[in-house]
Amino acid sequence: MYEKETIGKLKAAKAVWQERVDRIQSGKSSKPYTDRASTSGIDVGLVYTPEDVADMDYMRDLGFPGEYPYTRGYQATMYRGRLWTMRQYAGFATVEESNKRYKYLLGQGQTGLSIAFDLPTQLGLDADHPLAEGEVGKVGVSVSSLADLEVLFDGIPLDQVSTSMTINAPAAVLLAMYIALARRRGISPDKLDGTIQNDILKEYSSRGTYIFPPAPSMRITNDIFAYCSKEVPNWNTISISGYHMREAGCTAVQEVAFTLADGIAYVDAAIKAGLDVDSFAARLSFFFNAHNNLLEEVAKFRAARRMWAHIMKERFHAQNPKSMMLRFHTQTAGCTLTSQQPDNNIVRVTLQALAAVLGGTQSLHTNSRDEALSLPTEDSVRIALRTQQIIGFESGVTDTVDPLAGSFYIEAMTNRIEEEAWKYITKIDELGGAVKAIENGFIQQEIQKASYQYQLEIESGKRIIVGVNRFQVDEKPARNLMHIDSALYEKRRGELAAMKAGRDGAKVQAALARLKQTAEGNANLMPGVIEAVDAYATLGEVCDVLRSVFGEYESDASF
Amino acid sequence: MEHKIRVLVAKPGLDGHDRGAKVLARAFMEAGMEVIYTGIRRTPEQIAEVARQEDVDVVALSCLSGAHNTLFPKVVDLLREKGMGDVLVVGGGVIPDEDVPFLKAHGIEEVFGPGTPLATSVEYIRTHVNREA
Repeated sequence: MYEKETIGKLKAAKAVWQERVDRIQSGKSSKPYTDRASTSGIDVGLVYTPEDVADMDYMRDLGFPGEYPYTRGYQATMYRGRLWTMRQYAGFATVEESNKRYKYLLGQGQTGLSIAFDLPTQLGLDADHPLAEGEVGKVGVSVSSLADLEVLFDGIPLDQVSTSMTINAPAAVLLAMYIALARRRGISPDKLDGTIQNDILKEYSSRGTYIFPPAPSMRITNDIFAYCSKEVPNWNTISISGYHMREAGCTAVQEVAFTLADGIAYVDAAIKAGLDVDSFAARLSFFFNAHNNLLEEVAKFRAARRMWAHIMKERFHAQNPKSMMLRFHTQTAGCTLTSQQPDNNIVRVTLQALAAVLGGTQSLHTNSRDEALSLPTEDSVRIALRTQQIIGFESGVTDTVDPLAGSFYIEAMTNRIEEEAWKYITKIDELGGAVKAIENGFIQQEIQKASYQYQLEIESGKRIIVGVNRFQVDEKPARNLMHIDSALYEKRRGELAAMKAGRDGAKVQAALARLKQTAEGNANLMPGVIEAVDAYATLGEVCDVLRSVFGEYESDASF
Repeated sequence: MEHKIRVLVAKPGLDGHDRGAKVLARAFMEAGMEVIYTGIRRTPEQIAEVARQEDVDVVALSCLSGAHNTLFPKVVDLLREKGMGDVLVVGGGVIPDEDVPFLKAHGIEEVFGPGTPLATSVEYIRTHVNREA
């Protein structure tokens, strides 16, 4: 970016300046400018200058928005064209109550839906399963069959909203229900817009809602990629997620590295299954965390975008530019919310959301202030949504694309995160790829080490968390939290029994038998899953068929 | 030789969030305790059975799904059935304050919410464990 001569002069001037600063500081007992590191352990300098970005080539490393390597954003006009999708993750209790919350959010100006399912649903268990007791409707909505989905989306036009579903191990089943529902309403699947998370690798490494072992799980993923590329072309078939690894305690660098390593594994597997890279890669999407360190986070998003472009172009030889564009959803970091002085969380979320916007996110969920203690109330959710609207409409940060580009610090940090993340990706390649690195526990151990380290820093007071280890006050217990009735389990048992009594049992059994045959062979699973759920086979029944063929995964319990 | 405190860190219920459970397991270990971790998604029956087989002094339950009121008391009941009523049972996770009296009434002797310093949990166990257990 700069002439050698300019950098030379600058170096000399900086040395003089540094000497003066050191002289002044040496008279003081503490040196406040020393020993600063980002959350990823990257040393942060007192000040950044052109010297720190002397090797940068604008066209090669940044380019224009919407152009390779997409460092500045994947679209040319970014938020000048359209703001990010404001997408609050929501869902709780019954399909009726969740439907009401979705309509409320859409009425408040939210622009996309994001469905939270309860844990039995996420694990492919029906609401009447014994393990579901105490869990039904707790962390999301309970969906066991197409009948539930019909109510969940009652009055919501499927061809006019984009719907994101946080569903992984049984993603094929929930997507099949959504397709079946659309067809019944006369909507062609090619009009559907949305995302399934469908990222099984991070379930093994950090989130825990896996069902099947890695190999059959990757087959299901490939089947979804292949099916959607033909039938549901606007659907994001996966949301490759760093979010949960970050929540589990990894650093910003690790988040980028492990997420892109997972991405590489999915692309590898799909190519090995015979898919052409450009037939599916444009529908891959990503999901990142927005944590506390504002500028490191902005650099993280930019680094990830540039790295993915290189990976797709150079490693996988994608031709279609869309295959090289990293599009991502962001959620603010749930793990940074404190139960102490919970209103402070509004401020944390604001800064984190700002990082996501300055980093060029495509959609955003802002957490609510009360989520360290329970699901959020409607009031809290509204503040969280308003936070996005204030950033979008009042702050001015959306007026120009990638406004922090060219900051010596931001560019240097972007480069450093990229550099450190490549080291991890190389290491994971040496271990045989992300699937192997998860199977042998490497990624889990790296996350655990970082998370323990972070906790020790809080304990020692080196890392300050306002209201937790500094600036505490005496507090009364939080009030007006959201409660989910535990009697829901009984209610859902009754509903399921009634649904099963009303369906054509023979048709269900025949569809499940055909699905079993398909699972035992190599053909695409999706048509058979759609047929089964359309006949009102339940989520649990479909997953039981797959469990009987694929087996179940059991992780070790190291710590 | 002094008996080392044996702790079972356990994850009842279906949630996979075990960052806290693992950090605590490690902290207990570094505080000189013997620690067994169940891994995620264990039933109360499985947890009580491991507690019996491993002859632990403490069961530390972690649940972030909101199912604590259903699952924690079950673990206590099963331990009592197995004649292990003197095992110290504590809990943590995303647990609203207003649920704490219910849990304490059902044999969970202390509940540690988000933001609890590790030292607090370690110290509590040291001072409350029943060494004869």
